[in-house]
Amino acid sequence: MKQLIKGGRVIDPANGIDGRKDILVEGKIISQVADQLEVSGEVVVIDAENMIVTPGLIDMHVHLREPGQEYKETILSGSRAAAAGGFTAVACMPNTNPVADNKAVVRFILDQAERVGLVKVYPIGSITKGCQGEELAEIGELKEAGVVALSDDGHPVVNSEIMRRALEYARMFNLTVIDHCEDPNLVAEGYMHEGYTATVLGLRGIPSAAEEVMVARDIVLAELTGSPVHIAHISTAGSVRMVREAKKRGVSVTAEATPHHFTLTDEAVIGYDTATKVSPPLRSAEDREAVLEGLRDGTIDVIATDHAPHAREEKEVEYAYAPNGLVGLETAVPLVVSRLINPGVLSWSQAVAKLTVNPAKVLNLSAGTLSVGAPADLTIIDPEKEAVVDPDKFYSMGKNTPFKGWKLKGWPVLTMVNGQIVMQEGKIFA
Amino acid sequence: MLQRKDLLGLKELSADEIKLILDTAVPMKDIIQRDIKKVPTLRGKSMVTLFYEPSTRTRTSFEMAGKYLSADTASLAVSTSSVVKGESLIDTGKTIEVMGADVIVIRHQAAGAPHLLAKSVKARVINAGDGMHEHPTQGLLDLFTMREKKGDLGNLTVAILGDIMHSRVARSNIWGLTKFGAKVRVVGPSTLIPKEIQRMGVEVFHSVEEAVKGVDVINVLRVQRERQKKGLLPSFKEYAKLYGLDKKRALLAKPDALIMHPGPMNRGVEIMPDVYESDRSVVDEQVTNGVAVRMAILYLLMGGKGVNEATN
Repeated sequence: MKQLIKGGRVIDPANGIDGRKDILVEGKIISQVADQLEVSGEVVVIDAENMIVTPGLIDMHVHLREPGQEYKETILSGSRAAAAGGFTAVACMPNTNPVADNKAVVRFILDQAERVGLVKVYPIGSITKGCQGEELAEIGELKEAGVVALSDDGHPVVNSEIMRRALEYARMFNLTVIDHCEDPNLVAEGYMHEGYTATVLGLRGIPSAAEEVMVARDIVLAELTGSPVHIAHISTAGSVRMVREAKKRGVSVTAEATPHHFTLTDEAVIGYDTATKVSPPLRSAEDREAVLEGLRDGTIDVIATDHAPHAREEKEVEYAYAPNGLVGLETAVPLVVSRLINPGVLSWSQAVAKLTVNPAKVLNLSAGTLSVGAPADLTIIDPEKEAVVDPDKFYSMGKNTPFKGWKLKGWPVLTMVNGQIVMQEGKIFA
Repeated sequence: MLQRKDLLGLKELSADEIKLILDTAVPMKDIIQRDIKKVPTLRGKSMVTLFYEPSTRTRTSFEMAGKYLSADTASLAVSTSSVVKGESLIDTGKTIEVMGADVIVIRHQAAGAPHLLAKSVKARVINAGDGMHEHPTQGLLDLFTMREKKGDLGNLTVAILGDIMHSRVARSNIWGLTKFGAKVRVVGPSTLIPKEIQRMGVEVFHSVEEAVKGVDVINVLRVQRERQKKGLLPSFKEYAKLYGLDKKRALLAKPDALIMHPGPMNRGVEIMPDVYESDRSVVDEQVTNGVAVRMAILYLLMGGKGVNEATN
């Protein structure tokens, strides 16, 4: 089958393209990209006039909760949320139950994703057995089973010697280690960013230093080992500064920021809405500015959501007792457009790179482009579409969003995976 | 009457609202001192106390305040362990509400718990202390005591001494006092002063001698032993030596300065017996005033008849 995506503004940063183009998809692949394409024979035309056409978006940091916590999210519901949010691929964190620290769990995830057949699901394996931070997981076996990276997300590896060895070992398999940087002793019983708002609300604070001491350590270990480190959900000015400086020196460190960290500050916690409880916490206005600057100057390579669904009853509790995390797949694109592109923080090209080719590079995937011959994974965004965030309409089982009721502009309207339309105008086609 | 559903903190109250509560508490205090301590003002109204934390004076104070005004009172004791395994706060609140409670008085170890409850029930909610956030009725009774003894709050300089970080009493006092223009100093070890507290309008001290010099009021806070385990204090002994309020330090304040403490006290740690027992200590009166202030709040929130009838 031939499909012609006609008249859209095609943004393909990997190929330096930003302009009005037609794209021809034949079967599962992109067969032609040109200013004007006339196609003979049977062809389905997708009108992309006034639309933005990008390579399929990749969210390299999500929690799909399956296996083990299917009451929060499943690979099916998470895949639907991804497709609805304009993502053609997600990389899922290993803190499932059981942990994705072995071949069987990784294969299970891949099998489930294939049965669902919506978006590409890339499992991330754990660094250590059970994410316990004590012994290395069987990283060779994990690679063979199909993991794209390693992380003990949520349970950072505190022991620097284990982290050092993990970095050395992972490099043999060309796997990037992704670190959720937080010193648990400095986090202690903190529930939000340490600062004036925490003082007023009477919630124990988490200092920026909790993240920064581990970012500093990881940079040092990346230098020692020569292995790449990816800093997950960077949230503080100090972390951004250290990553910027390390990159300048040629250290192989990359970083991601989430839409909630570039949009919100700790003041969002006023009122004790548990949807604002997240790890790392929403930081100060100065930290948010630093994250924006890091996105602007390229210090922060990737935008990822840290999509973390929780059940309603888990979040409808006292702030201190609520689990960390918020859902992000279905609000990421309009937040990027409304908060980064429209205000001029990033160009379309820069923003799209951070959602496509850059995460692909971190994960060593040949994806995130609209090159001829590449799989036909693409996303169409209506930059003018305005809508109010309504969690009741989320495909994700998690409704825990701090953006409920926000009016945002720039929504995905079509998601195509391997030439198949999996989402159009909010409808999911499995 | 207070034009609000709940009383969750002093931060949200205006100076006028606070003044209304303090003014209303004056005739309420008269009732307590009568031979027959009962008025029919809140007859037919009901109050439930829901305490997730142990408390001796606050809970009893609320119950007596309710009874003096003829409200029906009941109490639900919740052990902290049931929080994890048992019913959620929202469900517990709804259960109490459908039993017909007009007002729920909640004490909870988690900051913001009263806000969650207030959002979930139609009954009025009074915060009787939530984590490190606020303890508005304690703040109000402290203001009442200061105003009764010293007059205009705007002319006062108040030193709050001790574990400021973990103290909801300190926060409520700061909001209340600063709204009237009082000068507030907080003093304690650097590990027990929360970040950026200056922005609440206070001056920070680490030396008791400097902080209490010339003040009208010294409000001494309780210090808890568990702070030692968390690395916030080396020992009670060192704390007592550096921050315990003894006679020598108390004498640096104005000659007629008030010594206050929200209780319960660690005698010999944060306050020395000779200071507590001196005639400048108003600790016992604070407790009496607590009942009067809570009567005023119950009255102003639950309606009832006019204030004159309440005092007849």
